[in-house]
Amino acid sequence: MTGWQMLLYKEVLRFWRVAAQTIAGPVLTAMLYLLIFGHALESHVKVYDQVSYTAFLVPGLAMMSLLQNAFANSSSSLIMSKVMGNLVFLLLTPLSYLHWFVAYVGASVFRGLVVGVGVFVASVFFTDISFAAPLWIAAFAVMGAALMGALGVIAGLWAEKFDQLAAFQNFVVMPMTFLSGVFYSIHSLPPFWQTVSHFNPFFYMIDGFRYGFFGVSDVSPWLSLGVVGAAMLAVSAVAMYLLKIGYRIRS
Amino acid sequence: MPAISFQSVSKAYPSPRGPQGSTFLALDQVSLDIEEGEFFGLLGPNGAGKTTLITILAGLARASSGRVSVLGSDVQTDFAQARAKLGVVPQELVFDPFFNVREALRFQSGYFGVKNNDAWIDELLESLGLADKAQANMRQLSGGMKRRVLVALALVHKPPVIVLDEPTAGVDVELRQTLWHFIAKLNKMGHTVLLTTHYLEEAEALCGRIAMLKTGRVVALDSTSALLKAASSNVLRFKIDSELPPALAVLARVTGRVVQFPAQDALAVEHYLTAVREAGLVAHDIEIRRADLEDVFMDVMKQHSGSDQTQGSVLV
Repeated sequence: MTGWQMLLYKEVLRFWRVAAQTIAGPVLTAMLYLLIFGHALESHVKVYDQVSYTAFLVPGLAMMSLLQNAFANSSSSLIMSKVMGNLVFLLLTPLSYLHWFVAYVGASVFRGLVVGVGVFVASVFFTDISFAAPLWIAAFAVMGAALMGALGVIAGLWAEKFDQLAAFQNFVVMPMTFLSGVFYSIHSLPPFWQTVSHFNPFFYMIDGFRYGFFGVSDVSPWLSLGVVGAAMLAVSAVAMYLLKIGYRIRS
Repeated sequence: MPAISFQSVSKAYPSPRGPQGSTFLALDQVSLDIEEGEFFGLLGPNGAGKTTLITILAGLARASSGRVSVLGSDVQTDFAQARAKLGVVPQELVFDPFFNVREALRFQSGYFGVKNNDAWIDELLESLGLADKAQANMRQLSGGMKRRVLVALALVHKPPVIVLDEPTAGVDVELRQTLWHFIAKLNKMGHTVLLTTHYLEEAEALCGRIAMLKTGRVVALDSTSALLKAASSNVLRFKIDSELPPALAVLARVTGRVVQFPAQDALAVEHYLTAVREAGLVAHDIEIRRADLEDVFMDVMKQHSGSDQTQGSVLV
């Protein structure tokens, strides 16, 4: 293994060791959403023809869990290492900022995908799942997880205390994921909120991802791919720049 | 080629107390070279800039100006090469709570691109008395054991240059002995060692050459023997039961009941003992010993306590 591969392996092992908390927990949470919202709204909400509300919920919940966990992985690893002081072991190594980026974001993508797949596997007990365009599913899953992993790197570098990171999670990540169309189609919103939703990159991640399952979406999957791709590149560029200058980790 | 080279290194931090925009100079034009194979001591009081100098060397901080290199590799422009040649034992007792000792060593080895390193890891564990702790989680280890792991982590990629930042702070005698025995062995094998410590006895016993820092400047730089030779050759040492008068206290080193005066000759000894008697005090357990590094250190710090600090290549 080369240096960055070892860091990637260590980062994966870090969350794997506490899988009950990092994988099983988020899957259980998604299942509770599915059980409660699916049961309560199944007969009241019609989103797409031919698609039950529970089936509609599954991709959104899987993507939401995937995104939140990808973010949590890189951000929590960095803030813990900073607070505990053990980041010094990495800072002393010859690993470059690109190595750091690939390892932290790679582990985030992996955790996001594991949680996403976990949500699907558990959902099989609640509803039938179709896969209209699997390549779109894979593309949005990987790009969305990478975007959130890179955002986690930024948040982990920026935050100096756990509560700052919690604030980032509660006031930025959570609202943007919940208001992205996980539980509804934006066509059911008033025009003003439809317009607002179009400025939320999370909407494109969820909508494009859902297209992979049903072959229908609120906007063109190509538009979603473009927005998510551009956002991923922009956030990655910022994360790499901060790693390069050693933002809040080298004085 | 020097093992470590500091050339006119300065480091300014924003001043926490001064007016906005003002800076505090932690290092001021520090220049010194440490040759390959040396056991070099970096001494100075708290806040002198020792750790700042080491953090710049290790790439944890950037110098405001100047150049630092490790075996010819610049720590900024050629950082990968420089860090591969450097093993740093940090001052803080830090650890990763997720992993055991062997895992931590394997990861650190991997970050440096060293493959199949288990034989050396086993040797490190054995030499540092950690063999039975290899599978223990870092959280379960005592402070002394954690310190040993820090040393092992710094040496896992077999660096030619080893930096120890106060490695024996707060550790027991046994660990000190184990550590110094091992580090001395590595030094004999050709590794360059840079040590910072507050234990001047250790520095005197181990270091071939010493630099003393004060307020960010090098105030003394010479071989340990030359530094000892340059100091007052003798010290008058005795115990008293009451406090020394202020006029005498400023000339002495006082540690509890123990009083020590620099005394060049018999006349000086007589002079101090008379002064003590005239002050109404009784001196017990009187002895005269040769000056040690602590005396040299105190002398140098006293000489540079004013504003007339100048940088020099020898004791100045």
